[in-house]
Amino acid sequence: MKITIRERIKKNKAKQSYQNTIEKAMPLLFFLMASLSILVTLGIIYTLLRETIMFFTHISLFDFITGTEWYPFFENNPSYGIWPLLSGTFTIAIIAMLVAVPIGLASAIYLSEYASDRSRRILKPILEVLAGVPTVVYGLFALTFVTPLMQTFVTDLPIFNALSPGIVVGIMIIPQITSLSQEAMNAVPQSVRDGAYALGATRLEVALKIVIPGSFSGIVSSLVLGLSRAIGETMIVSTAAGSTPNLGFTPTESIQTMTSYIVQVSMGDATFGSTIYYSIYAVGMTLFLFTLIMNILANHISRKYREVY
Amino acid sequence: MNNSENKSLVYSIKDLNLWYGDTKALKNISIDIPEKEVIAIIGPSGCGKSTFIKTLNRMVELVPSVKTEGSIHYKKLDIKKAKVESLRTEVGMVFQKPNPFPKSIYDNIAYGPRIHGIKDKKTLDEVVERSLRGAALWEEVKDRLDENAFGLSGGQQQRVCIARALAVEPDVILMDEPTSALDPLSTAKIEDLIHELRKNYSIIIVTHNMQQAARISDKTAFFLNGEVIEFDATERMYSNPKDKRTDDYISGKFG
Repeated sequence: MKITIRERIKKNKAKQSYQNTIEKAMPLLFFLMASLSILVTLGIIYTLLRETIMFFTHISLFDFITGTEWYPFFENNPSYGIWPLLSGTFTIAIIAMLVAVPIGLASAIYLSEYASDRSRRILKPILEVLAGVPTVVYGLFALTFVTPLMQTFVTDLPIFNALSPGIVVGIMIIPQITSLSQEAMNAVPQSVRDGAYALGATRLEVALKIVIPGSFSGIVSSLVLGLSRAIGETMIVSTAAGSTPNLGFTPTESIQTMTSYIVQVSMGDATFGSTIYYSIYAVGMTLFLFTLIMNILANHISRKYREVY
Repeated sequence: MNNSENKSLVYSIKDLNLWYGDTKALKNISIDIPEKEVIAIIGPSGCGKSTFIKTLNRMVELVPSVKTEGSIHYKKLDIKKAKVESLRTEVGMVFQKPNPFPKSIYDNIAYGPRIHGIKDKKTLDEVVERSLRGAALWEEVKDRLDENAFGLSGGQQQRVCIARALAVEPDVILMDEPTSALDPLSTAKIEDLIHELRKNYSIIIVTHNMQQAARISDKTAFFLNGEVIEFDATERMYSNPKDKRTDDYISGKFG
């Protein structure tokens, strides 16, 4: 006898109690997985906060945020003023952005507005390979290639300086800026471009006065995300920027960033419970706050200026 | 219809052929388009009518792999030799779907004059008002010129696009099915507007709504498979088509 589809469906329905359990259990599992990452984040903040508070029982918060000297290793009179590390971090970030913003945006405009389909298909993956290079390789590149190269221009450039890791951090974030900005530019519909062309606009006018304003939110959030990566970058600066906390914008000198200070102490043998040990958490907390602010800013900007086509 | 034969020509097209890659989209098109009239281009989907009007301001060149042959003269000027940017300021275009820029209403209208070097606020204010009045939109939006044009209704957006085209003071306005994305009420408004505009502009409008063509145009060209089957005064064509295929299309036997 031929079994009809309807009968088979009926038969399968008999098994459904088992299926029902899965249907009910899976969302719970998905929820737990999603909560996990939130819990881990909370755990990180908790650890950071606990040790940071311990640090401020040793050193006053006021000294930390107003101090202009960072000499934690002075045995007799250590000072923990965050400013030299902040200025080191931002020296790197500024140099990186000076490199990455023009190159990243120009490449995004090229890829989105000028490149043919064929060259886009070839160029984009090559650019994205840059994003996959391990940062330790970038660090070596800064130390053994860019620094000697820079020394031919700036003759008294020390081997550890802010300039070359700054440039290399910039190179590192170019793909991210290019890729995210280009996606934002692509979201501007062709019909809007056509409207401008039909008014006699040139390609450049369409790119600069229609596409860029029309994708402003995406471009700015790509820049802020790039900046926040530059601030958090660790390996390149630890390898090539040295470890001299220096207040001020001093690209041709050795500096220290927040991240490279944390690495330096973690690598050394700071005694558990010592002020130096707790200081890395306070620095980590500062870094965390800065990147958090950056990300909130990026979110806010992209929401405020978003165009829905 | 009035004796358009004595009017001067805005376009003179001779032996126009066009290919997208290997597909031939326009075949041996030769027509003369008189000034200050409304010319309707009708025909079934894929007959090349949109492609045809896009050749008139060279927008068709934005499509990669397009190849054209033959000549198009705009007021005695070979458009292949013209500077494309200046051709497009004299020949404005309104598209099928309203495509305002993601900017304020004011900036939408001022965009054209601005890219062509007009920057002073007073002139721009005047241009914006005049163009919006010309597009019968001024009264509706005069109090919210700073608002984003995306906030307007579809019909209003389309009139912003018309005002935007008027702002650079063109001689010709090309319209590519300008009401196909609009409701009947907005459509009627645009049709009234076209009626007003024909006093000062030459209008070439693609439509697949035959009643619309009958309502608004002086002359109609019937396209089929990339060819012009018939080009005549609208009244004459609708009442007494010369070609069997025109008759079939107009009477709804296909299309």
